[in-house]
Amino acid sequence: MSTLLLIEQVLNGLQSGVMLFLMAAGLTLVFGVMGLINLAHGSLYMVGAFACATVALLTGSFWLGLAASLAAAAAAGVLVEVTVLRRLYRRDHLDQVLATFALILIFSEAITFTQKQLTGTSLPMYLDPPALLAGAVSLPFGIQYPAYRLAIIVAGLLVAVGLFLLIGKTRLGIRIRAGESDREMIAALGVDIDRLYTLVFALGAALAGFAGAMVGAIQSVQVGMGEPVLILAFVVIVIGGVGSIRGALWGALLVGLTDTLGRFLLPLGFAEVMDPASARAVGASLASMLIYILMALVLIFRPTGLFGARP
Amino acid sequence: MKLKAKLAAALSALALTASAASAEAVKVGMITTLSGGGAGLGIDVRDGFLLALKQAGSDVELIVEDDQQKPDIAVQLADKMIQSDKVDILTGIIWSNLAMAVVPSAVNQGKFYLSPNAGPSQLAGAGCHKNYFNVAWQNDNLHEGAGAYASKAGYKNSFILAPNYPAGKDALAGYKRFFTGDYAGEVYTQLGQTDYAAEIAQIRASGADSVFFFLPGGMGIAFMKQYAQSGVDIPLIGPAFSFDQGILQAVGDAALGVKNTSQWSKDLDNAANKAFVESFQAEYGRLPSLYASQGFDTANLMLSALKVAAPADADAFRAALMKADFASTRGDFKFGPNHHPVQDIYVREVIKEGDVFTNKVIGVALEDHADAYAADCKM
Repeated sequence: MSTLLLIEQVLNGLQSGVMLFLMAAGLTLVFGVMGLINLAHGSLYMVGAFACATVALLTGSFWLGLAASLAAAAAAGVLVEVTVLRRLYRRDHLDQVLATFALILIFSEAITFTQKQLTGTSLPMYLDPPALLAGAVSLPFGIQYPAYRLAIIVAGLLVAVGLFLLIGKTRLGIRIRAGESDREMIAALGVDIDRLYTLVFALGAALAGFAGAMVGAIQSVQVGMGEPVLILAFVVIVIGGVGSIRGALWGALLVGLTDTLGRFLLPLGFAEVMDPASARAVGASLASMLIYILMALVLIFRPTGLFGARP
Repeated sequence: MKLKAKLAAALSALALTASAASAEAVKVGMITTLSGGGAGLGIDVRDGFLLALKQAGSDVELIVEDDQQKPDIAVQLADKMIQSDKVDILTGIIWSNLAMAVVPSAVNQGKFYLSPNAGPSQLAGAGCHKNYFNVAWQNDNLHEGAGAYASKAGYKNSFILAPNYPAGKDALAGYKRFFTGDYAGEVYTQLGQTDYAAEIAQIRASGADSVFFFLPGGMGIAFMKQYAQSGVDIPLIGPAFSFDQGILQAVGDAALGVKNTSQWSKDLDNAANKAFVESFQAEYGRLPSLYASQGFDTANLMLSALKVAAPADADAFRAALMKADFASTRGDFKFGPNHHPVQDIYVREVIKEGDVFTNKVIGVALEDHADAYAADCKM
């Protein structure tokens, strides 16, 4: 195993981590501010990916597709917030889980139907990365790395910085933080809480849509693509601490790196102590459990997550 | 006297309904994958099957259901088809883990199962059954062809990868059975995995001279796209599943020149195949894939046996299936003793015809190839 390979794997882990962050950030904001468990967050990811793939197919431009993904996901987010979720804030979490699970099914069928109307099939769609970012780039020390994945890392980190500035330095951010700690008080102070909720939800949805579009270009765009990511995003916010953007960032990077490096290192590690064939099987199986083991450990030692403030 | 007459009347009435039942249309249940990442495979099998029924003007009643690539749903559908729809024959399953969940119980209930795709090793060896026929291949076959081709082409050091599920293990076992070189690495990925960055980094660092991979459906597309973006240029070898008609357009230029092994190709030179490719294109407006050819062959095998006997007459129907008296799109086609095909495995190369990516046969990897498990089958 060479150092170069290890560095490349760390980059891969980072890349999967920042994408998870975009998903987890919206999820944790919505949970922190409105106390809503939103299982349909993965559907907004899927909406973003489909919007990007469809617009890119029609216009030939990935960048237009990317803009469309933000708009479509935010619009879908506002629509479900105003029509459905608004009624759920005061209900208990089981009601929220049931209603948002129903939204997953509705979104999946709606996408299948729309896609059939537009393109005539319900097969997975394909989205190519922009020509500007095709192929690999050479980094220092002779590392070859796909340009598009590097762009994902950069874009994800930029979004993270922007989000911290927004939450920490702007008036909207102050309101969001105030809404998180005491929603009755901020309403009493004259802030239009309904509008604030809709805005936060649209922001979370747009981030999910952005993640969907970015990832869509390296995978295939298909119905049901959001749910595996949603599960990981929940793991991330549990590890990071529910409601904390900082926690979502560190949690996402930790999960991304653990998953990627675990898949790569565990089979090698087991090969030191047992025969190669069973080392591969055991290593691969254990690697798929690794992030859940990590989550369990965090919950044992820090029940509120790494950055969770509230008990 | 009266009683006797009544009994005789009742018996003759029974006999009448019995003969009426056998003249009734045969019911076939197709459980296949029509949604999600594996949808392309099931749609092609279904369309090939339907085309054969239509061409024969058959009155077979076909019930098609989507298993969503989930074993539990496939089992529910099979129960429904056997118990309430009362089908005579089941077919259609794409994925080996679903086949393992459905086939053993279906054939033990006396139904016939004709596999248009999945061929797990368990059902070819000790778990074989007299009512189970595989019309496609035993899972290992195309991978064995790939191993044989890689050895012939002079590769010495392969990196091999496949998903961690029954057909993935069969794939690597099949490749190793015929590849004579060494292995630079061997990796099992998760089923349904969509990001292969970690595996591609290992391939880049492994120093392999060839990469053998088996990643069916959407997994293969994701892998090929990411492999092309990564700038790694070690030659790829694979079974036809990752270079099939439906997939090639999505993968694009990245696939050009890649060698893959298949029991079928659209340019195989026989009359049945030429007619099939032409009529499939006319009917559906796209080129057929190997899955479509398998669906087409499965239906034609079934129709050839139905001409001889009804499924209700199980022994005669089984014997008729075993004869495989139909014009296969693969040319020669016969069954081995474990009801799996004995057939040639070809090497194909990905080429571009005008705007369309497709495959061209460039040689034969294995001739009259039977699977490795037939000896374990006690029928």
